[in-house]
Amino acid sequence: MAQMNLLQAINNALDTVMAENDRAVCFGEDVGHFGGVFRATSGLQEKYGKSRCFNTPLVEQGVIGFANGLAAQGSTPIAEIQFADYIFPAFDQIVNESAKFRYRSGNEFDVGKLTIRTPYGGGIAGGLYHSQSPEAYFAHTPGLKVVVPRNPYQAKGLLLASIRDDNPVVFFEPKRLYRASVGEVPEEDYQLPLGKAEVVQQGSDITLLAWGAQMEIVEKAAELAAADGISCEIIDLRTILPWDVETVANSVTKTGRFVVSQEAPLTAGFASEIAATIQQECFLHLEAPIARVCGMDTPYPLALEKEYVADHLKIYEAIKNSMTY
Amino acid sequence: MNTDIYNESPVVHQPAFIDGHSVEIPILKILKQDGSIYENAIMPEIDRELATKTYKTLAFHRVLDERMVAAQRQGRISFYMAALGEEAASVGGAAGLKDQDMIMAQYREQGALMFRGFSLENFMNQMFSNEQDLGKGRQMPIHYGSNELNYMTISSPLGTQIPQAAGYAYGQKMQGLDAVTICYFGEGAASEGDFHAGLNMAAVHQSPVIFFCRNNGYAISTPSDEQYVGNGIASRGVGYGMKTLRIDGNDILAVIAAVQLAREYAVKEGKPVLIEAMSYRLGAHSTSDDPSGYRTREEEAKWQEHDPILRMKNWMLAQGWWDEVQETALFEKLRDEVLAAVKVSEKIDKPPVEDLITDVYDQAPPLLQGQLEQLKVHIKKYPDAYPFTAGRIK
Ligand SMILES: Cc1ncc(C[n+]2csc(CCOP(=O)(O)OP(=O)(O)O)c2C)c(N)n1
Ligand SMILES: [Mg+2]
Repeated sequence: MAQMNLLQAINNALDTVMAENDRAVCFGEDVGHFGGVFRATSGLQEKYGKSRCFNTPLVEQGVIGFANGLAAQGSTPIAEIQFADYIFPAFDQIVNESAKFRYRSGNEFDVGKLTIRTPYGGGIAGGLYHSQSPEAYFAHTPGLKVVVPRNPYQAKGLLLASIRDDNPVVFFEPKRLYRASVGEVPEEDYQLPLGKAEVVQQGSDITLLAWGAQMEIVEKAAELAAADGISCEIIDLRTILPWDVETVANSVTKTGRFVVSQEAPLTAGFASEIAATIQQECFLHLEAPIARVCGMDTPYPLALEKEYVADHLKIYEAIKNSMTY
Repeated sequence: MNTDIYNESPVVHQPAFIDGHSVEIPILKILKQDGSIYENAIMPEIDRELATKTYKTLAFHRVLDERMVAAQRQGRISFYMAALGEEAASVGGAAGLKDQDMIMAQYREQGALMFRGFSLENFMNQMFSNEQDLGKGRQMPIHYGSNELNYMTISSPLGTQIPQAAGYAYGQKMQGLDAVTICYFGEGAASEGDFHAGLNMAAVHQSPVIFFCRNNGYAISTPSDEQYVGNGIASRGVGYGMKTLRIDGNDILAVIAAVQLAREYAVKEGKPVLIEAMSYRLGAHSTSDDPSGYRTREEEAKWQEHDPILRMKNWMLAQGWWDEVQETALFEKLRDEVLAAVKVSEKIDKPPVEDLITDVYDQAPPLLQGQLEQLKVHIKKYPDAYPFTAGRIK
C-alpha cells in the first residue's frame, strides 16, 4: 500500500474513474491545466485531455447546471466547487434540479451520475468565507446524498462509491486535512459503502459521533477521557444523507450516553437531527441528555476562531458532564 | 412594450448570422509609457494637486503591497493580495470620483481606499485582525471597509456586490443626491450570474452606477481566453443597452477621464455605465498562489514594460511636477512608515471574546448570550488553551 495524503487519495480516485470510464469528466474553476487551487485534479488534464478535464468560467450555477445536463445525458460529471462557501450560487441547481430530477419526471430522467466535490471546514484562518460547513443545508434536501470522509483511505473509497452511485452526491472534503492527514491507501480500486457509519473505536461508557475533520477532534477528546478511565465508543457517520440510524442507535443503546459534535453552528445543524432521532430510538436507554458540541450560532470568525470552534476541550467537558449527570 | 426596435430593423430574407464579434470596441489611451500624451487626446480634469495626490497614492499602494507580501512570507500576517501592475484602475477610479460617491470593490482595489484617506494604521489593524480593526478582526486580511469613507466592506463571494451596486445607486438617485456608485469586479467575476443580474437591473431601473471591470487577464490560474470568447466584457454592456467604454487600464489619465465622463453621465442622465479597463495581474493572485504553474516569465516580462506607476511618474517629470529627489524621499519615507506601522499593529490585542456575538444581529438574542456565557466559563477553566482572550475575561 502507498502512503497518500487526502488530496493524493482524491486525485487517485479521480484517476481511477477516468481511466475506467471514458465518459467521466472533471471540471470546475481552475481545475484544468493547474489542477485546482488545492491540486486535487493535478495531472488529469495531461492524462485525459482538455475535453475531459477543464477550467470552467467563474460561475458556480453554470458549473452545476452544466453538470446536471451532462449527467442527464448519461455522462459522468465530477464537478468541483472551489470552496463549499461558494456553493450557494449553485444552490438552486442543486436543491431544485439535481435533487428533484428523478422524482419530478417519474424516473423518465435522472442526474444520478452527478458528483459534486467541494472542500469545506475551518481551522485554516479562513474567516467567514473559507471555513463554512454547509452540510445541513443539503441534508434538508431529499434526493441528494451527502458524504464526508475523515482521512485518505476513506476519501478514496467513499469518493469512488459516490461517483458510481446512481444518485447525485455532494462530497464534502475536509480541506484542513488535505495535506495534514496522511495514511495507507491501496493503489487498486475499492469502494466504501454509502449510508453506512463506521465504529472506529469500541467503548462501553459513552458514544461519540462526528464526521469529516471533526473526527480527529473527537478522538483527541476521547483520549483525554480515557485518561480519566472513561471508555468512549467513537463513530464516524461518513454519510450525512441518508444517514445510518441503526449503527448509532445500537451504540447508544449499549452505552446509554451520547455526544455528537459538528463544526457547523449549533442551531438546525445536522447534529440536531441526529439528537432528535436518537432520543426517540434510545429514550429508555439514555442515562443523560444527549449533548451537541458545535460551532457557535454566529458566522465563522477569524481572530477568535480558537474560542469559537467545537474543540477537543469542549467535547471533553461534554463527556464528563454526561458521565456525571 | 418595447417592440419599436424590431420594427426599425432591416429585414432580410435569407438566414445569415451576425458575428459574435461584430461590435467593434475602441480602446481609450491618453498617456504613453514615456510620459508623453497622444496627439488629439482629450485630457481629464487634472491639476497639479490632484496629480500629486494620485501619484503619491500609487506610490503608497506599491510600497504597502511590497511590504505586506514580505510580511506574509515572514509569517506576520496570514494572507495578502497585491495589485501589482494594475494600481491605476483603483487609484484612478477614486481620483475621478467625488468623496460622497460609494465604492463597492471586489478585493484588489485598496488603491481607491488609500485615495480616500484610509490611514496606514487602519490598513494594518485590519490585516492583523486586532481589536482596533474597524471590522473587529472578523475577516481575512484585505477585506477592508469604511462607512466614513464610503467604501463598502469587502465580501469574498465574487460578484455579489454587482447587483447590490445597482440597488445602492438607485437609492442615491431616489434621494436626489449628487452621488453615484462605482462597482469594481474582475473579468472572472463577470462570469457570475450576479454580474448579468446586476447589469440588467441597473439598465432597466436606471441606476447611476459605474460598473468598472478590471480585466487583468487572469482569474487565479484561468486565463481570460478560457473565461469568455466574446469581445471582452465591454461587449456585454452593449447587450444590456448600456453606455460602454473600454480603456487602457494602465493609463492613469485614461482611467480618470473615463470615470469623470461616466460620473457626469450617470449623475445627469441617471443611468449606468460600463467601463472595461485592460490590464495585467503582474503578481500572484494572492500569497497562496504561485503563477509559475500556469504562465511564463516571458509573458510577465512583456507586461512589466507597461508599469502604470512608472508611466505616471514619467508624465509628472515631464510636467515639471515631480523630480527624482522627491521620488527617492517619498519611497524611503513610505517604506519606513509601513515597517513601523507593522511593528505597532502586530502588538495590539486581538478583539475581546464578547465580540464573537456582537453584530450577528443588532442585538444578541438570549440563545447567543447564553453561548457566550458558557464559553467564558469554559475559557476560565482552560486559560492556557485560549491565550488571546483568557487574561481579559472577568
Ligand atoms: C463565488 C466565488 N467563487 C469562487 C471564488 C474563489 N475565487 C477568489 S478570487 C477568484 C478569481 C477572480 O478573478 P477575477 O474576477 O478576474 O479577479 P482578479 O483576481 O483577477 O482581480 C476566485 C475563483 C470566490 N471568491 N467566490
Ligand atoms: Mg482577473
